[in-house]
Amino acid sequence: MSNTNTIETPAAGGNVNPPENKFTSWISHLLSDLGKNGIFIALVVVVALFTFLTDGILLRPQNISNLVVQNGYILVLAIGMVMVIIAGHIDLSVGSVAAFVGACSGVFAVTWGLPWWLSVILSLIIGAVVGAWQGFWIAYVGIPAFIVTLAGMLIFRGLALVVLGNTNIGSFPTEYRALGNGFIDGVLGTGDPDVFTLLVGALAIAALVIQQVRTRRGRQKYGQEVEPLVWFVVKLVLIGVAIGFFTWALAIYKGIPVTLIILAVLVLVYGVVMNRTVFGRHIYAIGGNRHAAELSGIKTRRVDFFLFVNMGVLAALAGLIFTARLNLAGPKAGDGFELEAISAAFIGGAAVQGGVGTIGGAIIGGLIIGVLNNGMSIMGIGIEWQSVVKGLVLLLAVAFDVFNRRRSGN
Amino acid sequence: MTTNILEMRGITKTFPGVKALSNVTFTVERGEIHAICGENGAGKSTLMKVLSGVYPHGTYEGDIVYVGDEVQFKNLSDSEAKGIVIIHQELALSPYMSIAENIFLNNERKGFGGLIDWNVTNFEAGKLLARVGLKENPTTTINQIGVGKQQLVEIAKALSKEVKLLILDEPTAALNDEDSDHLLDLILSLREEGISSVIISHKLNEIKKVADRVTVIRDGKTIETIAKADVTEDRIIKDMVGRDLEHRYPDHEPNLGEELLRIENWTAHHPQDPSRVMVDDVSIDVRAGEIVGIAGLMGAGRTEFAMSVFGRSYGSRISGKVFMRGKEIKTRTVAEAIENGLAYATEDRKTYGLNLIEDIKRNISMASLDKLEKGGLVNDNEEFKVANEYRKSMNIKAPSVLVKTGKLSGGNQQKVVLSKWIYADPDVLILDEPTRGIDVGAKYEIYTIINKLAASGKGIIVISSELPEILGICDRVYALSEGRITGQLPIEDATPESVLKLMTMEKPR
Repeated sequence: MSNTNTIETPAAGGNVNPPENKFTSWISHLLSDLGKNGIFIALVVVVALFTFLTDGILLRPQNISNLVVQNGYILVLAIGMVMVIIAGHIDLSVGSVAAFVGACSGVFAVTWGLPWWLSVILSLIIGAVVGAWQGFWIAYVGIPAFIVTLAGMLIFRGLALVVLGNTNIGSFPTEYRALGNGFIDGVLGTGDPDVFTLLVGALAIAALVIQQVRTRRGRQKYGQEVEPLVWFVVKLVLIGVAIGFFTWALAIYKGIPVTLIILAVLVLVYGVVMNRTVFGRHIYAIGGNRHAAELSGIKTRRVDFFLFVNMGVLAALAGLIFTARLNLAGPKAGDGFELEAISAAFIGGAAVQGGVGTIGGAIIGGLIIGVLNNGMSIMGIGIEWQSVVKGLVLLLAVAFDVFNRRRSGN
Repeated sequence: MTTNILEMRGITKTFPGVKALSNVTFTVERGEIHAICGENGAGKSTLMKVLSGVYPHGTYEGDIVYVGDEVQFKNLSDSEAKGIVIIHQELALSPYMSIAENIFLNNERKGFGGLIDWNVTNFEAGKLLARVGLKENPTTTINQIGVGKQQLVEIAKALSKEVKLLILDEPTAALNDEDSDHLLDLILSLREEGISSVIISHKLNEIKKVADRVTVIRDGKTIETIAKADVTEDRIIKDMVGRDLEHRYPDHEPNLGEELLRIENWTAHHPQDPSRVMVDDVSIDVRAGEIVGIAGLMGAGRTEFAMSVFGRSYGSRISGKVFMRGKEIKTRTVAEAIENGLAYATEDRKTYGLNLIEDIKRNISMASLDKLEKGGLVNDNEEFKVANEYRKSMNIKAPSVLVKTGKLSGGNQQKVVLSKWIYADPDVLILDEPTRGIDVGAKYEIYTIINKLAASGKGIIVISSELPEILGICDRVYALSEGRITGQLPIEDATPESVLKLMTMEKPR
């Protein structure tokens, strides 16, 4: 091979940072982080705004607890929805599915008097079956998810009414109701603030710090760029303070809501699924370029199918939490849930074309909607104007995202 | 009046952090075909965007004098109004509208009351089609005609705007030889009508065929403008890469081993119309360390053959046998094909090869995440390390592996695709048009990579419509025509004439 060296191209630029002073590198980091965490800052701004507008009522312990419990089911849906959206689909049926499963659980737990745990398991299985039904049409028949789930929206709303027989089913067993209303309080002795709640909060902060430090070390070990140490510490302290304040509020009020525990587990599990498992990576790959994913050996149909099975299970769970909270399975349950979940995903940075989005973003998006709902209700703003404001927030959030993306690169 | 229709003087265009054009001077004479050559990223497209008003007056320095007057275009319609029309590599036609509708899009032929007069529209479209030599009904929809014909529709559209200066960005990149020839002839005949053209092209032979003058741009600067009589490929290449390129293809000493892949009697039918045979009883074999070429014109069934083998990604009613190291293997899904040691790098990177909104790292790992998986989790630090190694060894020009592949040049994108498949560690790689749309320097690098892969004992199949490429890098050549293998030649016996003869051999009827 005499000529392989005829062309000498300069070695590509490695990780060598261009010479720049510490201050500008700081600023550039701050700016890029602001871009990445814009949604987080938006939440802080919204919270600050409504704290001011409601004379601090928003951040009262009872209201913070309410915020979690009232929005739990939307956040559960938002997790599944953002995954579906990342893969380039949409699910319009989740509200109807939640209502249908809520109705079924009413029949199991109340009409038939099955044990609460069996009712819950059966309900989740029904959710999986519903998801498999929709996933079949989408993944294997090839009908767009928009159509399949629009049909599902009608079908399962109707089936919910059929199951209920045009009445409400109410008075669920206490354990069942705990899904939506329960609190874990006084495990380590009674008293305010609750010691157990504070302990859990402290453990959460410790776990976060350990995990972040380990990730940082790991990245450093592999020669990857990390943010400046000061900025890293400041960020951790800020997040730690936020968690601390949040737990303090819960501890003063009734303790840890069961809904919050369910949510925390889901966020952790699905966060890992999306970031670190092959399945999660395949979802991003499919959303980014379906053809390329297929030709890379990714079983796109199977991924699509299981995405919708998963969405069905999460919709069922949301239905259970909602029913438990109201202590009532009614025909109007879940009305408009799909729109709030979809809004949460998009406010949280998911892209309409697919391929982009995060679980954390969707949760924060859902919280922004929750704070808006809650804050405006406290202020006594009518439902009509609440709807207008929420619509505008969705529009502006996505417009901001589009603008940001256009600025950062064609 | 000068003889120049266009003079661009001292054009400098700066993007944040990059000087894309630096004091470029470029002139086009009346009735001239002027070619612009340069590597990807040299600034050719930027220059044309300055000219056509995509970058409006004021965002660049320098003057543009057109038909004797200084012009200051604010947008694309300004320049079109003056008769400057640019036809981009990615055609801008609406697939479900008719040819006539596309030709007069935003330039509609209106009749009474401002309503569109379809009779005039279709009649005038018919006349324009006759001028460009396209025998199609003006009411045919765009998606029913091939890329070559679509290109002609674009030119008809330009003619409808009274074009004086036609700019073609890589007009033949997606065309086969026959369509290319027709297009080039058309550009020559337009010159007779007094229409000047600027052609941006990578293909040196076609530049030699049509261009009156050639301007070479490198790193945002004009290197030189060469008159037709002085144009040689060597000179252009030297100007483009800024150094002598003694050989366009790296030397390759085949070190052949055992037979790796053997495909027997492979037949595949058209997916929508199963009565059409697209791949007809094809049998080929590849040995370890061997680079085998499949030469065929566009439409000969090359991609169809490769994709039907690779996990039945194309076609219906597929039959035939595939053997790896003498043992029959199944390739019913892409995953199964990969598992059995096959890899296929597509001819269309952007549509089928890359996730453009994702970074280099995740594109490289896309086909082999299981290698990075441990205890159910993907080790993303390891992924970073692997990707970084490929970035260095493949010379992917990007500051880090976290750069989105959509921002890379064609050559670097292709290196990412190759990295993906090399990391998957197949026995046989099928490379479909591995250097399409890539500049000369990067082509050489790709050939070097292909050679190294062969030297490491892999079998390589190169599908290409560029004969010089096939003859330059392969050890053995199969010719494909109308879905059939019409012959195979060891490289010693393969001449452009002999291979072309096989490539155009028609089925006995």
